[in-house]
Amino acid sequence: MRIRAVVTIGLAALIALAGCGDGATGRPVAVGSGSTVTGPITVFAAASLTESFTTIGRRFEAAYPGTTVTFNFAGSSALATQINEGAPADVLASAAPKSMAVVVDAGNGAGTPTTFVRNQLVIAVAEGNPRGVAGLADLAEPDLKVALCAQTVPCGAAAGAAIEAAGARVTPVTLEQDVKAALSKLKLGEVDAALVYRTDAKAAAADVDAVEFPESAKAVNDYPIVALKDARNAAGAQAFIAFVLSADSVQVLTEAGFQAP
Amino acid sequence: MRTARVPVPLLVPAVLGLIFLVLPLVGLLARTPWSTLPARLAEPRVVEALRLSLLTSTMATVVCLILGVPLAWMLARASFPGRRLVRALITVPLVLPPVVGGIALLLALGRRGLVGQWLDTTFGITLPFTTAGVVIAEAFVALPFLVISVEGALRGADSRYEEAAATLGSTRWTTFTHVTLPLVAPGIAAGAVLCWARALGEFGATITFAGNYPGITQTMPLAVYQTMESGDLEGAVVLSLILLVVSVAILAGLRDRWLTAP
Repeated sequence: MRIRAVVTIGLAALIALAGCGDGATGRPVAVGSGSTVTGPITVFAAASLTESFTTIGRRFEAAYPGTTVTFNFAGSSALATQINEGAPADVLASAAPKSMAVVVDAGNGAGTPTTFVRNQLVIAVAEGNPRGVAGLADLAEPDLKVALCAQTVPCGAAAGAAIEAAGARVTPVTLEQDVKAALSKLKLGEVDAALVYRTDAKAAAADVDAVEFPESAKAVNDYPIVALKDARNAAGAQAFIAFVLSADSVQVLTEAGFQAP
Repeated sequence: MRTARVPVPLLVPAVLGLIFLVLPLVGLLARTPWSTLPARLAEPRVVEALRLSLLTSTMATVVCLILGVPLAWMLARASFPGRRLVRALITVPLVLPPVVGGIALLLALGRRGLVGQWLDTTFGITLPFTTAGVVIAEAFVALPFLVISVEGALRGADSRYEEAAATLGSTRWTTFTHVTLPLVAPGIAAGAVLCWARALGEFGATITFAGNYPGITQTMPLAVYQTMESGDLEGAVVLSLILLVVSVAILAGLRDRWLTAP
């Protein structure tokens, strides 16, 4: 037992060393004023970034040994409220400039937000599209249950804009607090369709199909990212943002269905 | 008793405990926008959420009374195998996080749920996203409160009255309606108020099972949450204040039963 434990520790040390080497050579380490990037970094990010940011966070930790990236994924407006009420965060990645403006206008941003990706809505339907939804107009059918995001979160605002652009009349059965909640109601079979981001439909491709519709081009969401004024780890925040803007991360994001800005 | 000196090791934590409970409420009052309060209270969405909350929590209490009083009687008076297990099962929603209750309700009564599927195909009834769904979510969370307090009242009641009624030839049903119920009426009333208050504050099970739509499923706690999320802190404070006033009013009404309890 003891020998095995020693071997395990040795292996772990080797792996850790290998990680260091990789970070020193392969990844974009030269960030900011050369201050060392270490310690915990807290990132508040829109719910629609859950999958891609989790991947990017893992890669960041590998590239910068000694850092740990913690995420708080929620609706963008909730994140903005939390930050303005003093929640400890280093970075905010929002799903809409409007939610970002709430934080920046309150003087809680450090520097100007950078748009790093864009996202578009699709109509998510159950696998195989049993109700034959082809466009926004089909969502007006009275016996078709539709989940939208609440108007206060970006996916809800975008849905409102797209529905208006299409001149459709959609009466949702529920206004969910974020895009993931809307998608869950669809996965559970409680609704027949949900307006969600293309990226969320893609992440749930095993359970849902995505129906593209032309009016979504009228409601494209820009995703801004910014370091926060009260960041406890300012160097870490800058390094993380630079990492998100790097080619590797952009690839992760576009593979998830985002568009480069 | 009252004049006895309170030992310092008890006094200090006791005062801290009191401050801990009261301070957040003071914080709420401190941020209340008193000048715009009347206008805010008259907003249609506030009125709508309050109306829906009062309606659903009252209906949930009625449901709980109809189901809960007999259940409490069974636990207190009847002896049957597995009674302990039944009591344990009844208290589960008490300790279950309400959001878990909401998921469980979806899986049981949702459109694809165990029973919900059958309700949908046979009667065309779907409960999620309806006001009835809100009542069910609230009743699910509040029922244990009623059952436990009524059972306690039944156990505390003198069973000799019931025995006397039985020796005089009264049936068990007549005994229940004419002797037991009047005997434990105060206990039932207290349980009902507690149950109503719990239903009024219900959030997790409601938003998970019934969704969130103004006028249909958006009760006060959901409206508070959404207002807070939208960055309208002032609006959230106003809505919270209404719930606080209602809660304090209930507490005042219960003063005799709970605050001077033996």
